[in-house]
Amino acid sequence: MASGRLGKHLKILEFALSSMLRRRMKNAGLVIVFGAVVFLLSSIVFLTSALRAEALAVLEGAPQLLVQRAMAGRHALIPLRYGETIARLPGVGAVTPRYWGYYYDIYTGANYTLLGIGDARLQAPGATALRLVEGAFIAPRQRGVCVIGAGVARIRGARIGGIVSLRDARGWMQEYEVIGLFESPSRLLTNDLILLAEADLKALFGMPDDGATDLMIEVYNPREVANISRKILERLPDARPIGHAEILRTYETLFNWRGGLLLAMFLGAVAAFMILAWDKATGLSADERREIGILKAIGWETADILALKFWEGAALALVAFLAGVTAGYAHVFYFGAELLAPILKGWSVLFPAIDLEPRIEPYTLTVLFLFTIVPYIVATIVPSWQAAITDPDRVMRSV
Amino acid sequence: MILHPGIIALLLTAVLVLGMVLVGAYAGAIVLARWDLDSSSEGQLALERKTYLLSTLMGHALALEILSALVLLYTLDDIHPVFVGAMCATGTLNANPVGWWALGVKILALFCCAIWIALNRIDQRAEDYPLTRLKYGLLLLLAPLLALETWLVFRFFLGLDPNVITSCCGALFSGSGAGVAAEVAGLPALPLMLAFFGGAALYLTAGVLALRLAQPWLRYLVAALALAMLGIALASVIAFISPYHYELPTHHCPFDLLQADYRYIGYPMYLALFGAVFYGLLVGIAEPLRRIPSIQGPIAAAQPRWTLLSMLLLALFITIAAWPMVFSDFTLQGYY
Repeated sequence: MASGRLGKHLKILEFALSSMLRRRMKNAGLVIVFGAVVFLLSSIVFLTSALRAEALAVLEGAPQLLVQRAMAGRHALIPLRYGETIARLPGVGAVTPRYWGYYYDIYTGANYTLLGIGDARLQAPGATALRLVEGAFIAPRQRGVCVIGAGVARIRGARIGGIVSLRDARGWMQEYEVIGLFESPSRLLTNDLILLAEADLKALFGMPDDGATDLMIEVYNPREVANISRKILERLPDARPIGHAEILRTYETLFNWRGGLLLAMFLGAVAAFMILAWDKATGLSADERREIGILKAIGWETADILALKFWEGAALALVAFLAGVTAGYAHVFYFGAELLAPILKGWSVLFPAIDLEPRIEPYTLTVLFLFTIVPYIVATIVPSWQAAITDPDRVMRSV
Repeated sequence: MILHPGIIALLLTAVLVLGMVLVGAYAGAIVLARWDLDSSSEGQLALERKTYLLSTLMGHALALEILSALVLLYTLDDIHPVFVGAMCATGTLNANPVGWWALGVKILALFCCAIWIALNRIDQRAEDYPLTRLKYGLLLLLAPLLALETWLVFRFFLGLDPNVITSCCGALFSGSGAGVAAEVAGLPALPLMLAFFGGAALYLTAGVLALRLAQPWLRYLVAALALAMLGIALASVIAFISPYHYELPTHHCPFDLLQADYRYIGYPMYLALFGAVFYGLLVGIAEPLRRIPSIQGPIAAAQPRWTLLSMLLLALFITIAAWPMVFSDFTLQGYY
């Protein structure tokens, strides 16, 4: 019995496909509009989830706990003696001061991230997760040299052996020889990075000797991060501890929010499409009406016509969905999501040209299905039914 | 609220389903008020045509309910990182406890929709629409249930507040007491194990007997046992099935089973359980309807099929649940 029912539906599907092919133009229009909606929504969903994965991959190597100092609600340099206080807390391992900052380059209009690296960390092997691709790393006690990211190298036209000059806090130009170029598993991390010796960086920014940008705290047991943060705040009320988990959470929320906001905006497009689909399905041509009339006259039942309409809609939706998703996939992963990237990534002159790792999950596809195919099918239920209850006698009499 | 693509899709789906069911209930109310099979007026013909619309609407609504239930589970799990202390869907639900109600009502609505569809199928086999009044009466009850579900889902998602870094200090101290209780207290394992395996054996026996002896009371027994098994099985998942899957005697969460770490084993497991309970219930629910002559045949033909399906699905559930008990080195014996 089941195979009989299946066979019947296959026959109806075959009929639906051939009748749609006969009305190519009308259906092609719907497929194009539907495909465009799917393309937009799938681009958003793919890009958001890929960017989120990228950002989370970057943060994998981030320290368990960062401590900044806030003064008047703003980020301020943290005195090194804070580090000594924190290091005395039980459960805290190494406390490493970090020196870094941003540099606006007036010649290129780009912002660089400058990071100073101390001699102590240079001596420890594997102290940094950044991978060099070319050249040498800064040696302990080496001054006047730098290692730069791919983006900086491109925009400054710098190569190994070349010079990067930066204006220091007093307005004087300082020159640094490029001795290495970065490549990192994630280019988001090093694209705009210039790595200097710690002493060079402090001199460049005019930082006081007893202050650092922030402190990296090693916590032996990750579950103790909250506890240790509380203790730090008790001893140093102006400190601002930020846990690894919190950074992850904030990024997660941020990307959810950006993607969700765009999706919510494009829900309007989905609604417009629903109206179009409803309208197309309602406005049957005299030809189609007569066809249904004839089908019913030769013995098709109302349920059969409903099945026919369902299969027509399903075939059309599937074609448009696959086309739209494929186009969205290509757009995001092969063409760098050129249409959407400015909105979702943020704004900066020195964008990393990220090659997003292609990823596609059943969940993402299901969500897209709910966003696109479901509204389409819902919009066509009532019109399909109205078509299916057509009275054969009346239709054939009127034409 | 969290603007997560999955959440927006779920809210959209909830509205669409509610819309379909409301249209259905409205049409159903008209049918209910004016239905007169003996009449051959144009009005009655129009009503009979309306039944096709209702079947289609409800069929789609049920399909969407099932799909959105799965998406809801996955989404609950997917957004847990934005809550302090949340480690899986439990933490997300605790972040706004109305979520537990939303989940419960959703499962109830799922069962009701499925039962409605089954009744509709039976009704369509008969020439004289014998279940019309029952069906459309039920539809009028189903609509408020779905409205409640939609309202709860909205309340839940709109009331979720992500814990993010604030500018004064880390988010740590933004006062989140809700996410802490992420673990569900375990029940004593041994008595439940006995109840679970004993109940399953009893259920399968009752099923076989119902197939062989074709006694009405046996079919009612199957339905009653199916309902009991739902409760026992869910308690067992918390008490001992989950710890066996995690190989961790202190870990009782029924939602972690849905995570990639455990190969999404929860999805087939829960689907099998709910399927088994549904078909088991159906056997008993359809029993009193056998008194109606025009559908006695179809019901009598379907009941053995449902019984068998229910038994197979329950067997599948038990296989998945008991797999690590039999084939892994882990044992809960010390914790009885």
